[in-house]
Amino acid sequence: MTVETKTAEFDSISLESGASLAPVCVAYQTYGALNAAKSNAILILHAFSGDAHAAGISAETGKPGWWDNMIGPGKAFDTEKYFIICSNVLGGCQGTTGPSSINPQTGCPYAMSFPVITMGDMVRVQAKLIDFFGIERLLAVAGGSMGGMQALEWAVSFPDRVRAAIPIATTAKHSPQQIAFNEVGRQSIMADPDWNNGDYYSGRPPARGLAVARMVGHITYMSDESMREKFGRRLRDKEKFGFDFSVDFEVESYLRYRGSQFVNRFDANSYLYISKAEDYFDLASGTGSLAGAFGKAKARFLVISFSSDWLYPSYQSQDIVRVLRRSNHDVAYCDLPSNYGHDAFLVDVAEQSDVVRGFLGSTYKEKS
Amino acid sequence: MAIAAQAARKPFVGELLGRGDFAIISELVEPDSKVLDLGCGEGELLAWLAENKGVDARGVEISAAKAQRAIARGVSAYQGDIDEVLADYPDQAFDYVILSQTLQETRWPLKVMRDMLRVGRHAIVAFPNFGHWSVRLSLLLTGHAPKTELFPYEWYDSPNIHFLTVDDFDQLVRKEGFTIERNYFLSGKRTVSALPNLRAEVAVYLVRK
Repeated sequence: MTVETKTAEFDSISLESGASLAPVCVAYQTYGALNAAKSNAILILHAFSGDAHAAGISAETGKPGWWDNMIGPGKAFDTEKYFIICSNVLGGCQGTTGPSSINPQTGCPYAMSFPVITMGDMVRVQAKLIDFFGIERLLAVAGGSMGGMQALEWAVSFPDRVRAAIPIATTAKHSPQQIAFNEVGRQSIMADPDWNNGDYYSGRPPARGLAVARMVGHITYMSDESMREKFGRRLRDKEKFGFDFSVDFEVESYLRYRGSQFVNRFDANSYLYISKAEDYFDLASGTGSLAGAFGKAKARFLVISFSSDWLYPSYQSQDIVRVLRRSNHDVAYCDLPSNYGHDAFLVDVAEQSDVVRGFLGSTYKEKS
Repeated sequence: MAIAAQAARKPFVGELLGRGDFAIISELVEPDSKVLDLGCGEGELLAWLAENKGVDARGVEISAAKAQRAIARGVSAYQGDIDEVLADYPDQAFDYVILSQTLQETRWPLKVMRDMLRVGRHAIVAFPNFGHWSVRLSLLLTGHAPKTELFPYEWYDSPNIHFLTVDDFDQLVRKEGFTIERNYFLSGKRTVSALPNLRAEVAVYLVRK
């Protein structure tokens, strides 16, 4: 299945900060077909560095989507039954308006003049895309990590527009540890002289800073066990230590490779803005309590965590489930066993597929 | 008594999903009601009730693997410990709270019973009867902790941590001032009416406050 990224353009959006953006472009892909009643649409929400290319083979790059193992004919998000939409987030750098986009006022990239955005802003832009499709109510919103935060935000901000929410490996608020890792990433970018206060689009991007930020990120996505399994203490292309600071270990080689690859596809300023939006995320901030936030929510929930995820530990999912239970919301929850750490929702998908398929199936059957 | 009258109506119970107590529970639950199943296993009963009686079905299961399979079946289940999570639910959130063959496994059965009737309008409790003649005989003749078809475990690896008889349950219900709306006593696929404390393998009670 070859897929293309399309773009929708919207006049303007008012942001939580009080600023506004005009116009806003949104890059998106779709898979499967929308039924006549428009009742089978599922919005997939990508994680921090993801994009609209969630499934199929990209016509542009020839690469499979980031959740291709979950989305497709007969898969958990079955494109023979459901109409799947995935869009790049506001502030991103894969076709949706972000700091690397041209500011129509100046004819130059926004860079640091791009307004600070929130998870709520990202979701409101997604809602415009759903309007664009003429879809009143989504069958489900689903995503892992930052995508899970958006799934929660959708259920709370648009209670009448979501029948089911599937937040995976996520949290209702960013913890100090999560903020801390993001801040290390940001400082790494901003400490690179090439960052130049964000004004680097006509010159050299802060590739070293961004690569280090990504290396830190990758460590947090894995687990102690998965790193031991994957790399051990194996040396890279050598029999003994080099007694210098070139690459000795496999794990160093892996991180450097991941860092250098990331620089080719991701904008450093987007890293700053999106990580800030994550750090600002606290579902309870509007009402003062998580229970208050979920007060208006009408969706069914399927909450999934992974046993070895230490970046978004299971207790954060259980906090969400406990509050939902206390207010008697319809919630299913399981902590799936996995050694893959936070990455599990992307790579260890057999059991995740089973629960998502069953949950979606019963939601779709229930009222359609 | 009422007990005998209930049971006499229907000497044979069918099986539902291979279980006599499920067959009775499936008849007790009113259509389109809200049901919470404590210890829902892989969600077989809840899935049946949702499919055939249109109930809004929720389940709690302590085994992660079973909870996972229940969700895969389309049931809103979550992994959790009954003793802990039951306290979380608001009052009268459900029409029925079901505890099927699990009361004897809970740490605090009385607390569970009270919470069930706080959270639900009705409680449905099914439990294996430790007063059955085969259990009594097993202890008497072997001098070992009873091992029967109903209680197949060694004493050291049994999930059952409380042993109760039909009379014990009746006594508790009286003491707590609960009302027995219906009860059924099963021996194999038959209901028994006379001497249930001696002859019932499994008892199913519908109770309210």
